[in-house]
Amino acid sequence: MSGILRLTNVTKDYARSGVALRDVSFEMKKGEFIFLAGHSGSGKSTMLKLLAMSEKPSNGEVRISGFSSTNIKDREIPKLRRRLGIVFQDFRLLPDRTAEANIAFALEVTGASKATIGPKVSRLLTQVGLASKATAFPHELSGGEQQRVAIARALVNDPFVLLADEPTGNLDDKATHAIYLLLREINSSGTAVVMATHDISLIERTGLRFLVLDRGSLMYDGTDVARLRADMRGGGR
Amino acid sequence: MRLAWREVLLAFRRSPALALLSITTIAFSLYAFGLFGLVAINIKAALRTIEDRVEIRAFVINTAKDEQIQEVMLAARRLPQVASVGYVSPDSAMQRARAELEEFRDVMEGTLLPGSIELRLKEGARDPEVMKQIAGQLQTYGIVDDVMYGREWIEKLYRVRTIAGIAGTGLGFVFALVAVIIIGATIRMAILARTREIEVMRLVGATNGFVRLPYMLDGLLKGMVGGLIAVLLSWSTNRLVSRSFMQTEFFTTEQMLLGVVAGAMIGLLGSWLSVGRHLRRVWQDR
Repeated sequence: MSGILRLTNVTKDYARSGVALRDVSFEMKKGEFIFLAGHSGSGKSTMLKLLAMSEKPSNGEVRISGFSSTNIKDREIPKLRRRLGIVFQDFRLLPDRTAEANIAFALEVTGASKATIGPKVSRLLTQVGLASKATAFPHELSGGEQQRVAIARALVNDPFVLLADEPTGNLDDKATHAIYLLLREINSSGTAVVMATHDISLIERTGLRFLVLDRGSLMYDGTDVARLRADMRGGGR
Repeated sequence: MRLAWREVLLAFRRSPALALLSITTIAFSLYAFGLFGLVAINIKAALRTIEDRVEIRAFVINTAKDEQIQEVMLAARRLPQVASVGYVSPDSAMQRARAELEEFRDVMEGTLLPGSIELRLKEGARDPEVMKQIAGQLQTYGIVDDVMYGREWIEKLYRVRTIAGIAGTGLGFVFALVAVIIIGATIRMAILARTREIEVMRLVGATNGFVRLPYMLDGLLKGMVGGLIAVLLSWSTNRLVSRSFMQTEFFTTEQMLLGVVAGAMIGLLGSWLSVGRHLRRVWQDR
């Protein structure tokens, strides 16, 4: 498997709040699933922002899907975003549009033809198990269902990588597990997934690779869950 | 483009109150500017009317011959600042005086008034310096006894015109600036209400131009409608003043068009700047 994402000695220093990431390096292979673990303020979200080129590192290089943070031009960022899917803890759906309209909107703004939008929205809603809720507004859906719509929206461009920033942070255990299974299913079809979470038990159950961040430093990169408990207990503020 | 128009309509349907508030604010800001403009053009018109009466009178001696008078008049006509030259004979001067000063009719019996050469100057040449210079030139002719041009009065008028010009430009700039600030704030408020949409567009890879388009169309439309309303309000006010108090001048068609275009441009610029602030933010911490 070839690398689709690589951070090399990345540091992110904010003028106001100080260092958010400190000399972090890691690589991710195509189709891989990794967790980003760490307490609040450990640097998980900063790392995802850097991966989406929403921000640029103060030092080091972020390479993702052929783009490098050192020379990417502003006008190229939309091209990168079309290869990524992004999901947030608070779903960020448009409240005055139905589930299908939320997904269709994402397709429309990327210039998809009218003929392709309808079938693609139906396929995505089916994929996330919400075919029967197509015309429901976000406030009529449960948290788990809203996150499914957000995931469907993130998949409109058939991304190489899905970046999920605490996607289960607002959900109960049952919904968390269901969302995880959905992400795994998406992963099994070839999309790499980076999922930030502070849910240790979820990571333990999966046995997948995880990175532990603490105060901006990468403490561990591997699959040893014993280290996970130790690093998470030892770190934090 | 179709999506952009649909988004504009959707935004209006979703929050008509906010859209109307934006249009009203733009309309009233431009209306205030328009009223100032009306006052300015009417002051200018009044000054122009007064200026049109400005003239230089060169009184000639009684023994002056026609050829000598013609010579002075020809020389005056050749001056680039002079618009027209006329001659008032002693008899005409007498008739004019009798008609204008009815009550002194008897006193003027038998009196001989001097003839005079009257000069009107072109617009833009009616300043004290030019008048003084022409008066000096006229004075060099032997047949010219005295030259009058109401020096003090002209100097005062010139000062008033200069002050009105400076104050007009300064106040106009302030009014325009206030209008731009208010309109900019209104548009920003409307865009703040749609931050999430901008965020979603950026998230899925819409280009900056694509994200901006619906908001710029929105700003352009609101600015245009606001500008039209401002012109209508100014027209109504002008009509009311003209009917009730005094005859006033109104904007020319070009000036009205300029008002509407200015509204549209302010709307466009305000939207462009406000969206720009949001374009950089995709991953906001909440």
